[in-house]
Amino acid sequence: MRDTFSRVLHAVAKAVPKVFIVVADISPAISMGPFRAEFAERFLNVGVSEQSMISLCAGMAMRGCRPFAYTIAPFTIYRPFEQIRVELCYQNLPVVLVGTGAGVTYSTLGGTHNAFEDVAVMSSLPNMSVLAPCDPKELEAAVWACMTLNGPVYLRLGKAGEPVLTEEAPEPFQFGKVRCIKNGSDLCILGYGPILSLAWEAARQYEARQGGSVAIYSAHTLKPLDTAGITRLLSRFRRVVVLEEHSAMHTLGGQVKQLAWDARSDATIATLTLKDEFIHLYGPKEDLLRAHGITLESLLACCQGNVS
Amino acid sequence: MNPIPNRFDLSASQARCRRMRRRILGIARNLTALHIGGSFSCLEVVDTLYHGLMRRAEDGRFRDTFILSKGHGAIAQYAVLEELKILNPEDLDRYCLPSGRLGTHPDRGLPGIEASTGSLGHGLGMGGGMALHDKVFREDRVTYVVMSDGELQEGSVWEMVLQAPALRLNTLVAFVDSNNLQSMGFTSETHPNLYPIKDKLVSFGWEVAVVDGHDQAAIFEAVSTRSGEAPFFVVCNTTKGKGVSYMENQLMWHYRSPNAEEYQQAMLELADRE
Repeated sequence: MRDTFSRVLHAVAKAVPKVFIVVADISPAISMGPFRAEFAERFLNVGVSEQSMISLCAGMAMRGCRPFAYTIAPFTIYRPFEQIRVELCYQNLPVVLVGTGAGVTYSTLGGTHNAFEDVAVMSSLPNMSVLAPCDPKELEAAVWACMTLNGPVYLRLGKAGEPVLTEEAPEPFQFGKVRCIKNGSDLCILGYGPILSLAWEAARQYEARQGGSVAIYSAHTLKPLDTAGITRLLSRFRRVVVLEEHSAMHTLGGQVKQLAWDARSDATIATLTLKDEFIHLYGPKEDLLRAHGITLESLLACCQGNVS
Repeated sequence: MNPIPNRFDLSASQARCRRMRRRILGIARNLTALHIGGSFSCLEVVDTLYHGLMRRAEDGRFRDTFILSKGHGAIAQYAVLEELKILNPEDLDRYCLPSGRLGTHPDRGLPGIEASTGSLGHGLGMGGGMALHDKVFREDRVTYVVMSDGELQEGSVWEMVLQAPALRLNTLVAFVDSNNLQSMGFTSETHPNLYPIKDKLVSFGWEVAVVDGHDQAAIFEAVSTRSGEAPFFVVCNTTKGKGVSYMENQLMWHYRSPNAEEYQQAMLELADRE
């Protein structure tokens, strides 16, 4: 995703003269070589200064720029939280906050480098939009969508090497709409971000073991949430499984249940999320996800209705 | 950089500042409280900026930018904008009333207001972003930022103090209203090592002037003769509550309104002497 972001931002900068990027001393930005070669003046590394990263973006946006602020997710949004709230949200400025390594992507770096409350925190801010594409192709569409918005956006990224999940998606990316990325009729897995690769694996296994078909929907736009689209899913499928690489606090699963209540839906809803917990475990990401309770088996159990 | 076209009329500014202090007192009289001390300490700086230093485009609008980073002094900015007829008298009459549109802190989008402030430590960074834009996209504008001395206790300020000279943001001009008083006491007592402020800023690469912040001619002279080879910082030595004897350097006048008797005395002290 990081390399895709670098490539797409370069293309965006060619099309939009006032695109500017501020990074805060992160090695992933090293892949921005072609951007820097062509637009040296529109790239700035502020060093380890996240507050000024946001403030510089705010000031440039106030002059008509389309700035991107880019570093590792917890540093993009937590350290400069008040700059984001006051300068970007209160003034409603079109700055894109790019957080790489969201969720528990950096599985050996510990809680300081994880961001699994980020969607809840960013969604709570007025004027903020939140985007979490599931693969590099969806990321590309999401970056272009950011250019059409007139307020701040949080763009939640994984790291590198994510598989493409949307090559043959039945529906195109559309900002603010849940997107079918795999057709199915028995049940629906709804989620966002690269964790949806686990949904594909679960769907294959489910279909192989039990027959039938599993639909997968990408909720890439978490704010504004596609409440009408989700309500339609709740009426179309008798079982909806919400999968999130995010803690269970104040995010998609809870909102889906709220929509189900409002719509008097009789669908069964299962949620599979990270725990509301800092887990001190270092190793492959799969191990950290397992410690949080997210595995292929636990997702299959949700699909089969063995867990509610 | 284009020269500053306006001639600055010192006696006119002095008369305006007396008039604006009376205006602010009149507004304060009708409220339970207002940040009167800190608005009086920065009034000469704000007036000198708008009437002397900030350049206008051909359509009459200001080309240079003003950010009141010490947003709690907004009533000073409102008074200046009223003098300039950018805000209406009715706007100030309805300050902090539900029927009006002006609150305690500036709101971006209102006439003459370029940034929403109120929480301290944001203006210098946003001003830095504007200066960065103007440098990269080659626009001839100067960005002026007025801060309080208590605000210099925010870490975000020092991020930008470190950053601006490195980025050669030479069109960024910052002021600190050094009145030595913040909500709970004397700044020099809570943070003695902040002083001398000038030395810190010079060591970070700023060009710095120290002036009497109630001397409009000195402010104008310092800013208009800067080299332009570094971001510029003006340390303005000021008196909180300036102009009203019983308010000057008194902590209680950080946020308070005068009673009838106090109001009368203040109006006498601020009467035009001619």
